[in-house]
Amino acid sequence: MTPTRRSTALLTLALLFTLAFSAGCARPSDSVDAASGASQRAIQNKGSDTMVNLALAWAEAYRAQQPDVAIAVTGGGSGTGIAALINGTVDIANASREMKDGEIEQARAKGIEPVEHLVAIDALAIIVNPANPVDRLTIDQLADIFTGRITNWQELGGDDALIILVSRETNSGTHVYFLDEVVRKGDSSIKDIFAPQTMLMPSSVGITSEIQRNPHAIGYDGLGYVTEHEKLIAVARDAASTYVLPSVQSGADGSYPIARGLYMYTAGEPTGSIADFIAWIVGPAGQQIVADLGFVPLPQE
Amino acid sequence: MTTVQTPPPGAPSRRLGEVIIEALIVLAGASTVIIVALIFIFLLREGINTFLDIPLRQLFGQRWYPIEGYFGLLPLLVGTALVTVGAVLIAVPLGIIAAIYLGEIAPTWLREILKPLIEVLAGIPSIVLGFLGWVALAPIIQNLGAPTGLTAFTGSLLLAYMALPTIISISEDALYAVPKEYRDGSLAIGATQWQTIWRVVLPAARSGLVIAVMLGIGRVIGETMAVLLVTGNAANIPAFGPGMFFSPVRTMTATIAAEMGEVAQGSLHYNVLFGIGLILFLITFTVNWLAARLVGGNGARRSRGGLL
Amino acid sequence: MSRQQTQRLAVILITAVAVLVFVPVILVISYVILSGIGTINWEFLTAMPRNGMTEGGIMPAIVGTLVLTMGTAIVSMPVSILAAIYLAEYAKDNKLTRTIRMAIVNLAGIPSIVYGLFGLGAFVLAAGFGTSILAGALTLGIMTMPVVISTAEEAITAVPQQFRTVSQSLGATKWQTIRHQVLPHALPGILTGMILGLSRAAGETAPILFTVAAFYVPTLPNSIFDQTMALPYHLYVISTQVPGMPLSIQYGTALVLLLITLTLTLLATGVRTSVRRRRDW
Repeated sequence: MTPTRRSTALLTLALLFTLAFSAGCARPSDSVDAASGASQRAIQNKGSDTMVNLALAWAEAYRAQQPDVAIAVTGGGSGTGIAALINGTVDIANASREMKDGEIEQARAKGIEPVEHLVAIDALAIIVNPANPVDRLTIDQLADIFTGRITNWQELGGDDALIILVSRETNSGTHVYFLDEVVRKGDSSIKDIFAPQTMLMPSSVGITSEIQRNPHAIGYDGLGYVTEHEKLIAVARDAASTYVLPSVQSGADGSYPIARGLYMYTAGEPTGSIADFIAWIVGPAGQQIVADLGFVPLPQE
Repeated sequence: MTTVQTPPPGAPSRRLGEVIIEALIVLAGASTVIIVALIFIFLLREGINTFLDIPLRQLFGQRWYPIEGYFGLLPLLVGTALVTVGAVLIAVPLGIIAAIYLGEIAPTWLREILKPLIEVLAGIPSIVLGFLGWVALAPIIQNLGAPTGLTAFTGSLLLAYMALPTIISISEDALYAVPKEYRDGSLAIGATQWQTIWRVVLPAARSGLVIAVMLGIGRVIGETMAVLLVTGNAANIPAFGPGMFFSPVRTMTATIAAEMGEVAQGSLHYNVLFGIGLILFLITFTVNWLAARLVGGNGARRSRGGLL
Repeated sequence: MSRQQTQRLAVILITAVAVLVFVPVILVISYVILSGIGTINWEFLTAMPRNGMTEGGIMPAIVGTLVLTMGTAIVSMPVSILAAIYLAEYAKDNKLTRTIRMAIVNLAGIPSIVYGLFGLGAFVLAAGFGTSILAGALTLGIMTMPVVISTAEEAITAVPQQFRTVSQSLGATKWQTIRHQVLPHALPGILTGMILGLSRAAGETAPILFTVAAFYVPTLPNSIFDQTMALPYHLYVISTQVPGMPLSIQYGTALVLLLITLTLTLLATGVRTSVRRRRDW
């Protein structure tokens, strides 16, 4: 075979193979979609990385119940989801914080009225490496640590070592919540921000991995993401209050000072399959999944 | 006998078809220029507000915290610079010496094995290297005594290996281009091989080697995923000193990748990210332009980023 | 130290550096293979991910990568080959040609994240395609152009001039000569460039971050306006964003991606070597 013929043969073979592979795999799901009359397009669900595994679990469980409703889940952070809602590219935005006034204005400017749905509660855990002797901190101390006013573990009764700060990215609702409620202690007149040496990890796994590896790191994340390889810090509102460890219980009864709501936002009141999905989420089946994943279910009236 | 060609039957349509094809060919050629211009225009259009709406003093500020309105680019520029300098310091000696090995010392059979190996290295996706850096290299760096494994140095190490194929193959070309007579003449008057390499070949190949370095720098500056995973992403300007390479930093490329998803289109943050993209575009444009000035040539190898 | 000693020392040090350069490559690839091979089985390659993607397979990511790669080929191949023909056969040595060459060198040097930004601004937003296979393929396509153009140009100019002169002396037009005499002999070289470009495109994450990649889609894409999963992005998310993701799946995904890009790279090298060897001119 001449070089030319061989090359052409190779190319054709590669193309055919790719086409066959894609076609073969596409056929089963094609028939499912063809059978569904109602939702041809998947529900686009995007946003909070804190909620992404929850959202995925919901999507999978709901699909098992309602096979003709497909839900596509993407992370990217609360900010990403809210931006997508404002841009009109998503049906449901997941957020681990409330929408800011500026964002609501931006949405209204584009003709979108965001509707907030509380879908779960999350206790925000402060985590350190298990080898770290420090086990309790007040909100003031946490603020000093994360703004860089305190830089050495020694100042807190720990080892003589630099404190390594680990955080979520700025697009994370968890990050914004932490900024408002811990760094700024819930006082909106305080304008402190994270210390510049804070490492902003792409997501929760980044935080837990670094904490596991680094004996001098401190970070924060939703309780649902903490594993047995990290140590929880008991938090107190101030030096006079009780130090409380985060748990589903302490998140639910309010004794843990830093617990927040997890939200889903839609453009206007949801209808059709989206409304059904959200109703299912706040119902017993959806909330059971919340508890299974380590988050705090909504109080059932 | 006439040499005038009588047009074969059906010629007019063939002529027309040919005119169309040839027009398409010229258009295709010009499209490359159009695309580069388009990219520049888009970056400019979406990014210009950075420079119009934000006072220069703020842009040169030391804090990058866009959600609260801090748009200081300095930490990002320093981050990119630190990672780039570190990578170049590692990759240039390694790359040029490896090129010397390939060109002057390695036996032919070994060369035939090593050259595909370079292309294999070039073919490793950056996310795979980033993943390995995150999962395997960072813990090692931390165990060696750094406060954390996610540092500028970790990024530099990964990036150095990613830039090696570019530096090695362009350096190899430069060394190969040195005429054989130079080497023969040097050896003839009694110099050793090393003396020949050091005093004759390398100086003669100097401009090509500089190009290799410049394109290596370009390759390093533009890398995104590997640095996103291993440099710690802290928008911090480390204290000056050798320890600054072992601090977490945040590069321009990682900033765009990490933050672009979250921005509402048309917002100032969105504009600034495009502005950073514009700066990156201009930096690589300048590096390429300088490299082109330094040597004529048709830059064929450079068009492939230094491979094949 | 005598000159002979310096010589010997130099050779040792240079060889040592070469070892430092080449051995890690082999180590890295072996490490990924050894860590990931255990995960790879038929189910891993053909099943959908389950249970928050911590079980099951990575089939949609593989299909997504193959589809995007095909799309890249469709977008970049025609334009790049025509542009290469222009440079090789029609371009004169004037300012336009130098500008075109400069543009190609620049395209090769633009950071992949900047391509991603351009793709976002131009295809996702301005052209209104949304995050879609179309936007992703277009972005990856223009990113691949420089590689294909320059290898294609080299392959075309490597065809001996006699082929052209004989053809034209027999009465063929310029285009007929190119189409029937030059291109067929340049095709293997062009193919090399194409495959090499595709291997790059298959492994890139930054250009697809904002233009097409999805974290999880329950079905395979049905149209070019759909989002899709893709291997590089999948590796990125499962290694950084999914807690409890077994390391074995991460290494398995890395290995699959590595195998695809490596196969394409080695295929390109192989085609080029066999062409050079078989060349009968």
